[in-house]
Parts: sequence; structure tokens; C-alpha cells
Amino acid sequence: MMTNHGARLTQGQFSFLPDLTDQQITAQINYALERGWAIGIEYTDDPHPRNTYWDMFGNPMFDLKDAAGILKEINECRKTFPRHYIRVTAFDATRGWETPRMSYLVNRPPIEPGFALERQEIEGRAIRYTVRSYAAGKPESERY
Amino acid sequence: MSAVDLEARVSLSEILREARVTEVLEQLDRDLVGLTPVKTRLREIAAFLAVEKARNGLGLASGAPSLHMSFTGNPGTGKTTVAQRIAEILHRLGFVRKGHLISVTRDDLVGQYIGHTAPKTKEVLKRAMGGVLFIDEAYYLYRPENERDYGQEAIEILLQVMENQRDDLVVILAGYKERMETFFRSNPGFSSRIAHHIDFPDYSTTELEQIAVGMLERMQYHFDAAAARAFHEYIERRRQQPHFANARSVRNALDRARLRQASRLCSSSVPVDAQALSTLTERDIRASRVFFDANRSE
Repeated sequence: MMTNHGARLTQGQFSFLPDLTDQQITAQINYALERGWAIGIEYTDDPHPRNTYWDMFGNPMFDLKDAAGILKEINECRKTFPRHYIRVTAFDATRGWETPRMSYLVNRPPIEPGFALERQEIEGRAIRYTVRSYAAGKPESERY
Repeated sequence: MSAVDLEARVSLSEILREARVTEVLEQLDRDLVGLTPVKTRLREIAAFLAVEKARNGLGLASGAPSLHMSFTGNPGTGKTTVAQRIAEILHRLGFVRKGHLISVTRDDLVGQYIGHTAPKTKEVLKRAMGGVLFIDEAYYLYRPENERDYGQEAIEILLQVMENQRDDLVVILAGYKERMETFFRSNPGFSSRIAHHIDFPDYSTTELEQIAVGMLERMQYHFDAAAARAFHEYIERRRQQPHFANARSVRNALDRARLRQASRLCSSSVPVDAQALSTLTERDIRASRVFFDANRSE
């Protein structure tokens, strides 16, 4: 993780940029709403890159016209899980897509210890690599 | 606070014209018969919002005005129609961001079991954000006879959002006058958070006739002279009967007259022309129940 000094998690859109402000989040949500995508809020404290299924905060939000309601929900989620990763996904239900079209972090823990790279030596001196989150060693809810 | 620019001049009519509000108000005048007090009030609100916008532009203090309203009036006096126009006006003046109208009743806000109400109400509020939330027959939210009624919970959430997120949505409560008054008396929180109480008067018979003619015009029908007279009499009689719902009763009466016209035309074997197809005659009106059993209710 030499290229990522603060060991900041880089998953989804905008993750190499400074954290989005609420105003920027609102603009992104409006972009999704204009295209008729359903917005969901998800959280986790196990940010392993292969952990794709995060827990959903509330129901996915359909038929909304304005970002204010979603931002309220995001803030509610931040209040409930201040030290978790929280992301916003925008799901496109159009036939042929049927997939999240946007996904970006809106909350991260204050300290992110990052990941360890484990090397396992196997037959013929070959190496098998594993990525392990330092935080995931602790039980759930004590991780960050 | 930014410095007040004493030299600058603002044209209020310019603001109204630019936002194309005058257009909506004029259309309202054209489309809706009568309702003078309502229209006056709407003009006042539009003017106030324009002033507020101008003050904002010059750096004068302008707190986000409270725009929640209550519409009281008998059924069929145009409350929903006006609410739609208000949403349009507020949107054009930039006081709501999207300008859509979400129309709900008790069923959409109040849940069926414990813990069901809050998410339901919040869901509706989220959908209404950036627009106008229209709560029809709002007094059903409060059921004093049942102290464990979940309506109270919905009311509390509503009040909180009405207070804290005034920039995000405008709430309009609507219902019959007396019952709304009782509702406001038992929920003083609502009354004090609503800036505009607008009363919708009943239509006069002449106004209802104008409404009928307008409705027929839009459907490409018309009365012949005798039918117009009969319809005047119809309205006079119908008024005296219970469940009279102003414009809605007129619309229903016209729908029934069209049914009778259709069966009249179908029962005769003479070929018909466009004129015959679009004329309602005296017979179509006079066949109504209102004329022969006036003393029986409905």
C-alpha cells in the first residue's frame, strides 16, 4: 500500500479524492435521481475488497424527486454508525443494465489501519498472496 | 450579514415576469371560476415571495418564509386544483426545488401496527422533499376517541419536519372547515406552524353554471337553450339536497347526462350527425332523480 499513504480505503467512485462534502453528495444524488435510479445506503465494518455485499440501511429509495430526503437518511446512518464505512449506491433498473450504476463512500472511520499482505509459501517456492484487513481481526463492532 | 446595497433598484414585476408567475396566476383566473378570496390570497403570497426574493438580492434580512398552508372548504371547491397551482408558483419563484405535488391521506401516513407509522410517514416525506405535500382530510390523522391511535405519531413527525426542513418541503393541509378547526384546536402545534389559512367559499349557482359550461366545452359538448335552463333549475334543487359537493356534483351530473344522451341516441334508429352527438337536451337533464323525488335524500 505504498501508493496510498493514509491507508485510506479506495473503493467505488471518487475514493482517491478528498471526502465529498454534503453539497457534493447532493449533486451526485441529484444526478442519479434525474436518471431515475433507485438509491440505497449501505454500511459495513469489514471493508475487504471482496466483501461486495454490505448491510443495507433502511429500504432502497424509489420514486424520490429530491436529494434532501436521501441526505437526511445518510445523516441518520452516520449517526447510527459513526465509525463504519457508509456508501451510497444508485441502482439502474433499466432492462439490460439492472445493476448499480454508481457507488461511492460517504463516511469512513477516523482511523483506517489498512490491509496486510500475507505471503504463503507453497510447493516449488511459489507464493500465494492474501489481503487481510488489520481491523477485521477484532470482533464486529470493535473494529474501528 | 452582507452589506445592504442602498443604491440598487429592483423591479418586482420583473421578478414575477421572469419567474413566469404572472402567467400561472392568469391561467388560474381563466381556468377557475369564482374563488375570489383564494385568488387574492394567492396573489398576495406570490407578491410576498417576490419581495422576499428581492430583499434577498439586496442583502436585506430574509428568513426562509414559512409557507405551510391550510385549505378549508366544502367538498368540490377546488382545493386540490389550487394546491397544484401553488406548487407551480412556489417552484417558479424558487421556494421549492422540484415543484411536484404529492397528494396523501391518512392511509398513506399512518401504519397498521406499532412501529409501522414512523417509516411510512418518513417514506412519504422523503418523496415530497423538494415539492409540496398535500394532506387531504388532515383531521383524520387525529382520533381523540382512541388514545393509542397511531395518527399522533405521524403528526409528531410531520410537525418536526415542518419546523426543521422548511426549505425542503411545503405542507398543505386540506379539509372541511369545521372539522379542520377542531383539529387545529386539539393540535395547537399545527396551527402555529401554518402561516396561511385559506378558506374556499361555496360556489354560487351562476358560478356552477359557468363551471358546467366550461367542463362541457373541454369535452366538446354543449347544452341547448332549454337544457341550460333545466340545468340551472337542477343546480338549485341539488343544492338543497344532502351530499352536495359543488363542482364535483356538477361533474357527476354532467357525466350522467351524457349517459342519458347516449342511450337516447342509441334507442332511435335515425342516423346522427356531429351536432346531435354533442348536444345535451332538456330531456337528458330533466330525467335526473333530482327532479322527481326531490324530498327523498340522494
